[in-house]
Amino acid sequence: MPYETDYTNQKFSVIGNRVNRPDGVDKVTGRAKYGADASAAGQLVGKILRSPHAHALIKKIDTSKAEKLPGVKAIVTGDDFPDFTGGNRSLMDTLENCMARGRALYDGHAVAAVAAVDAQTANQALKLIKVTYKKLPHVTDVDEAMKPNAPIVHDWIRTAGVDPAPTTASNISQRNEFGHGDVETGFAQADIIIEKTFKTEQTHQGYIEPHACLATLGPDGVGELWVTTQGHFTFRNMCASLLGLDVAKLKVTSSEIGGGFGGKTHVWMEPVALQLARKSNRPVKLVMTREEVFKATGPTSSTSVDVKIGAKKNGRITAASAELRYQSGAFPGMWGMLGAMTSFACYDLKHVKSVGYDVLCNRPKVAAYRAPSAPMAAFGVESVIDLLAAELKMDPVEFRIKNAAKKGTQASYGPVYGPIGIGPTLEAVKNHPHMKKRLGKNQGRGVACGFWFNFGGQTCTDLNIGIDGSVNLTVGTVDVGGSRASLALIAAEELGVDYDQVRVTIGDTSSLGHNDTTEGSRGTFSSGMATIFAARNAVDVMKQRAADTWGIPVDQVVWEEGVARAKGRQNSNLPPLSLKEIAAKSPRTGGPIAGHNEVVADGAGVSFASHICDVEVDPETGSTRVIRYTVVQDAGKAIHPDYVEGQFQGGAAQGIGWALNEEYIYGDDGTLQNAGFLDYRIPVCSDLPFIDTEILEIPNPNHPYGVRGVGETSIVPPLAAIGNAVSNAVGVRMTHVPMSPPRILKAIEDAQ
Amino acid sequence: MEIRLSGILCQATGGASSVEVSGATIGEMLASLALKHPAIQDHLDDGVAVAVNGEIYRDRTDQVIPKGAEVFLLPRIEGG
Repeated sequence: MPYETDYTNQKFSVIGNRVNRPDGVDKVTGRAKYGADASAAGQLVGKILRSPHAHALIKKIDTSKAEKLPGVKAIVTGDDFPDFTGGNRSLMDTLENCMARGRALYDGHAVAAVAAVDAQTANQALKLIKVTYKKLPHVTDVDEAMKPNAPIVHDWIRTAGVDPAPTTASNISQRNEFGHGDVETGFAQADIIIEKTFKTEQTHQGYIEPHACLATLGPDGVGELWVTTQGHFTFRNMCASLLGLDVAKLKVTSSEIGGGFGGKTHVWMEPVALQLARKSNRPVKLVMTREEVFKATGPTSSTSVDVKIGAKKNGRITAASAELRYQSGAFPGMWGMLGAMTSFACYDLKHVKSVGYDVLCNRPKVAAYRAPSAPMAAFGVESVIDLLAAELKMDPVEFRIKNAAKKGTQASYGPVYGPIGIGPTLEAVKNHPHMKKRLGKNQGRGVACGFWFNFGGQTCTDLNIGIDGSVNLTVGTVDVGGSRASLALIAAEELGVDYDQVRVTIGDTSSLGHNDTTEGSRGTFSSGMATIFAARNAVDVMKQRAADTWGIPVDQVVWEEGVARAKGRQNSNLPPLSLKEIAAKSPRTGGPIAGHNEVVADGAGVSFASHICDVEVDPETGSTRVIRYTVVQDAGKAIHPDYVEGQFQGGAAQGIGWALNEEYIYGDDGTLQNAGFLDYRIPVCSDLPFIDTEILEIPNPNHPYGVRGVGETSIVPPLAAIGNAVSNAVGVRMTHVPMSPPRILKAIEDAQ
Repeated sequence: MEIRLSGILCQATGGASSVEVSGATIGEMLASLALKHPAIQDHLDDGVAVAVNGEIYRDRTDQVIPKGAEVFLLPRIEGG
């Protein structure tokens, strides 16, 4: 490892301060430019024609009338996307998802696209395209899709991970099993065993900004893409692969982003915009409607989960098993596998087995959503944990503490843990004032734990010091959650300058080496690491300039609090040189002062959180109000505590919406019935209490400042915490998310 | 050294959840594994993660594996 490993009790000057966000003024004054805010001379408007059917053969697409419409400059269908994938099945899935190839696989699947001089002409052209469909049987429910007689989404799918390998098609794309020990032996040792089945419905990330881009692509294969994305380098690579372009000839610039949460880690319509631009030889701007965002981007899986846990009377779990069935949309995914890996990760289990199934349905291609797959698994597991604690007449927090994973525990997904934070978060919950607050009538309290893998990945930064001593830091990780503020703090800390002296810019794909997408809670972890090393490189340059100025060896120069000092009695007559003084002289002392770093920032460390939730349920209407909510999570080191708390609160808020209201509703015809924010209700401020937070700082030994990712784990416990709270409030175990008023009323009625 | 596997990766090793391999780094160890079980190469090309003493590495093939370390091959993980 190229970095130190001992980061406890570090003293910082600016790290940890709640400084103003650098993008605040731009965002409140409207100066910030989002995906739809770019324009180019001569640009066209792109629009996409989408399938009205859940599953249909596309027998013919007649574009002749649309082509003759004045103002229409280009029309593309699946035939305009030659196969450049080289046999890569995953790439082909992405291409086919962007534009149907012979079959429409879900309601909203793109079948054709138009570029025209204005939106009215483009919409008119869409109406003139005649598509002849032959409707095919469809399936949208994950359990139905697994049945032997279910309509098959792809006849080439053979279930991977089973022995012997199947010879017939199935909607189950893969089976993954994790665990250790022998669960049957463990269950035989149990005094109490509880087994339950849970369902969660499909939800969307619900980002406020729809997908939008402005594409240019000339006949010479040189192009540019302005786009709202979590990863412009990944978008560049993906679009270049799908369209047969040289990576270096496609420049992708990320706009400000109005939310992503995993939904903007993949291309959806960007290759279509580029292909329209290539065909028309004009810039093409393509902006999705909200309906398109719901129907044709990547929501999370709907799931069906069986959980079985056994324990001794002394409160020790003897065995745990789960079968997790995750709907992946119309293309294979890894979501059931992730559910299986994360399901029991919070616990120290001798005998554990989790089996995940990825199941195809006629729904949009599932994408990552903040700690993807973990919340649904946690809903089932943490619900059964609560049931067991109740049966054992144990406090649910004490029961969790007794069984929590710790250093040396073999994780249910395989490896042995190093130092981890689940125990400290549970202890903090146990001692939190929230737990002592008395509950009123129709109120209930729930606690739950959550786990997520973080990761780091490929990262590249540049740090340039201007002649006035101001600092420009260019990074390649899109700022989805405040990383510019955190990275400016880090650069200021290393250089010994004021926070306001540092300006952070997200560089385009031509200005930096590859940066992985901002996902996996990696932005501040990985670019922070690269910023530290880039700043240290710049400090080395400044020390050399100072040494040259003084005429002494560089090893007699130290950098302290933003100045170069000559050390040793023999140099006591040399006054310190500040960063500003060194920068001002830089044109005559060797030219620009810069630092650069490229790093694979592995060692992100896994993350745990524990949540407390109080709800009040109206027994007449089934309506639930969250009256108090507390998040406890390990941040490693909180670089900017406001943003860390914001991530904790944001994850909880999304989880509350998921737990109580949000769901994709499909009709019998397989079409989505609620593709808009009026009928798909995300929580607004008036639906939420103040979400309290407690940041634990247990340094990550693999980061120079001890940072861990914080962006995702906070969405893992809410479904279960709220499920436990609602169940305690109404006296009936809730097993189906969202716990909407009709479901709560039905559960109460069924119990009576 | 021993490398352990789980999930769908075991299919590429004929069902074995543990394989003896050689190598001082993650990259060398994966090359050794692919020599013994060529079917694993597709997974390596798609991307995997390697846990060394519990710490998960996705891309650092030059990461040195300490003597006696627990090494676990995992599927590559996506995040949001």
